[in-house]
Amino acid sequence: MQLTGSEIIMECLIREGVEVMFGYPGGAILPTYDAMTRYPQLRHVLVRHEQGASHMADGYARATGKVGVCIATSGPGATNLITGLATAMMDSSPIVAITGQVPRAAIGTDAFQETDVTGVTLPVTKHNYLVTSIEELPYIIREAFHIARSGRPGPVLIDIPKDVQNEKMEFVYPEDEIPLPGYHPPSSATDEQIAGALELINNAKRPIILAGHGTIMSDGTKELRELAERAQIPVTLTLLGKGAMPEDHPLVIGMMGMHGQAASNHAIQEADLLIALGMRFDDRVTGNLKTYAVNAKKIHIDIDPSELNKNVKVEVGIAGDMRTVLTQILPGVNSTQHSEWINRIRDWQEDSDERDILKNHQGGLIAAQVINDIWHFTGGEALTVTDVGQHQMLEAQYYPHRRPSTMLTSGGLGTMGFGFPAALGAKVGMPDEEVWAVVGDGGFQMTMCELATAAQEGVNINIAIINNGFLGMVRQWQEIFYEERYQATPMWNPDFCKLAEAFDIPSMRVTDRDQIQEAVEFARSIDGPTLIEFVVEKEDMVYPMVPSGADLDKMIRRPKPGEKA
Amino acid sequence: MATDQEDKQILVALVENRPGVLNRVASLFRRRNYNVDSLTVGRTHKPDVSRMTIVVDAKRTNVRQIVANLYKMVNVIDVRYLSHEPHVSRDLALLKVRTEGAEAFNTVTEICERFPARIVDIGPKVTILEITAREEIIEDFIEELRPLGIVEMVRTGIVAMGRGTRIHDKDHVPTVPMPKTNGKQQVI
Repeated sequence: MQLTGSEIIMECLIREGVEVMFGYPGGAILPTYDAMTRYPQLRHVLVRHEQGASHMADGYARATGKVGVCIATSGPGATNLITGLATAMMDSSPIVAITGQVPRAAIGTDAFQETDVTGVTLPVTKHNYLVTSIEELPYIIREAFHIARSGRPGPVLIDIPKDVQNEKMEFVYPEDEIPLPGYHPPSSATDEQIAGALELINNAKRPIILAGHGTIMSDGTKELRELAERAQIPVTLTLLGKGAMPEDHPLVIGMMGMHGQAASNHAIQEADLLIALGMRFDDRVTGNLKTYAVNAKKIHIDIDPSELNKNVKVEVGIAGDMRTVLTQILPGVNSTQHSEWINRIRDWQEDSDERDILKNHQGGLIAAQVINDIWHFTGGEALTVTDVGQHQMLEAQYYPHRRPSTMLTSGGLGTMGFGFPAALGAKVGMPDEEVWAVVGDGGFQMTMCELATAAQEGVNINIAIINNGFLGMVRQWQEIFYEERYQATPMWNPDFCKLAEAFDIPSMRVTDRDQIQEAVEFARSIDGPTLIEFVVEKEDMVYPMVPSGADLDKMIRRPKPGEKA
Repeated sequence: MATDQEDKQILVALVENRPGVLNRVASLFRRRNYNVDSLTVGRTHKPDVSRMTIVVDAKRTNVRQIVANLYKMVNVIDVRYLSHEPHVSRDLALLKVRTEGAEAFNTVTEICERFPARIVDIGPKVTILEITAREEIIEDFIEELRPLGIVEMVRTGIVAMGRGTRIHDKDHVPTVPMPKTNGKQQVI
């Protein structure tokens, strides 16, 4: 059958299992938008800014485990995608971005809306393509999806000149093997590596598992739990590892790192064995590398060989698929107890309980109360998507998740503005989940134009704006490290409820804790987007806090009642 | 001055011969802040495979990280260390030196006889010399010529090949990316 390049794009997307695309039309991508009219089975969500499209594709991918697709035109359309691509790159989220390009003859002539998109996106994509002929188009799309979803997942961009979209050829979907001679993601471990790991696991006295995003993406959470339970190994989670194991499980301590649970950080520093699973020893997780877990031997399992021995030297480094490798390890793991070690961790947890702001706070509404109450009134089962900042860390601390992929957040890049559009993408992909975008007043304003997208598509999403009138986390740093010089952190904000009204979105403002239940129930009762503004105390702090570059267990703590700050 | 030879590591990368691959590799070195002494790229006996020889200073850069990151790139077929095995390495230099008068020309001829070098062009005032040798030998050659007056010089950078039966070639027949065990992989 003779098809145009644009129709071939649609045919290939359908064969990759794509159901929805997030995008924004423009000159160089118009042929592809026209082809969409002939493929109504492919849903297109019109965003209000291309950054929103890449974040939505990312949120969709993280929530569903499938590849998210975003589409933009050449030049400014493509450059607007970049923040979303970089976010997906840092957090290993599978996205395929399709961009229009000026016709081949115009490339390199500074044509209208021409940008060297493959050049600009090179460092923020796992791989990218400039299509130079219609013949290679179906092969490239197939490769792009394969690369995006396999190995360590990531964003792949395909830049397609307008004349290639218009060209016609006899279309036969390539069923033969994908010719990628240089692409061999690792899968399993060698016997020697397994023996090395088992030797350490079975002899450890104070082991701890550090579970990251990789355990979720490889679908290895069941194996993780089996390992932890059989050898009674306490588990601490990275920010993106939240939900890898049910957080109400007795072996789960909680998050590690800069704003992690104090017990997690103390345990890492006193452990004699770290079992790092699908995480990458980010600086926000390790603190000072020189003093990091010096008493511990280390096993590091990650799909990406370049992560092994990058930041932390390890005794056993295994490049492989987490689930495959854990399945190899499990038969050799002895059933043991580490009660003394676990009791030691309990002591740290009890100490933290005494300092808990929820127990000790007196005064106006605070973000921790809001998030913990949302957790309570949603039965702990919502899919939450956060933005970046204080509310993000408090979400990690006060909304324990029981299931993987129910807490989405921009970890590596820390992209403000991610939360709201990513939540829209997540809801589009998982319509049966109750989705909450938990965002700050600062980050929300970066991408709030997508309120129109939510309204136009009728996305049933609940937006919780934690409004403290400040860029809270930056303010916290200014308070601690810059003698309270609050330069450019106080924010004049619009009336968020009036704003919602302008988009025909129901809203509610909450200023007291006893209104939270009503607000959550209101949001849940409405089929469509809802916005709740929580006005909270302006100068709240997130504790514990490991100052940047400090030793992991040298945390600034919230004082106990009666203790001086 | 050249750093200690012990710190210089030679890597060989087989890459797909297609546009933009050199840019991808160069971009990797730039954004990961790797120090590279030289990088050469050229064709191989297979039309769809190019070969890069990369010399890095192990004192300033973590060579394992370079290898792992190169290997991760989609267009890089294989990466190997050559420094840890017997190998032949060659650099090629063209030098234009002043040879005004018979005495200068005779000196140049005499120096060329002691090195694997030859005269490739004789002009009225200058002579072009070509030398193909190990990098250190070229350095010595340059030092000997320096007093005569070097007008211009160009070097290709090092190309290298393992000795004996160590064959560094992967059949570039399109195959489905088969799951590989760590043992078989060239992750060093």
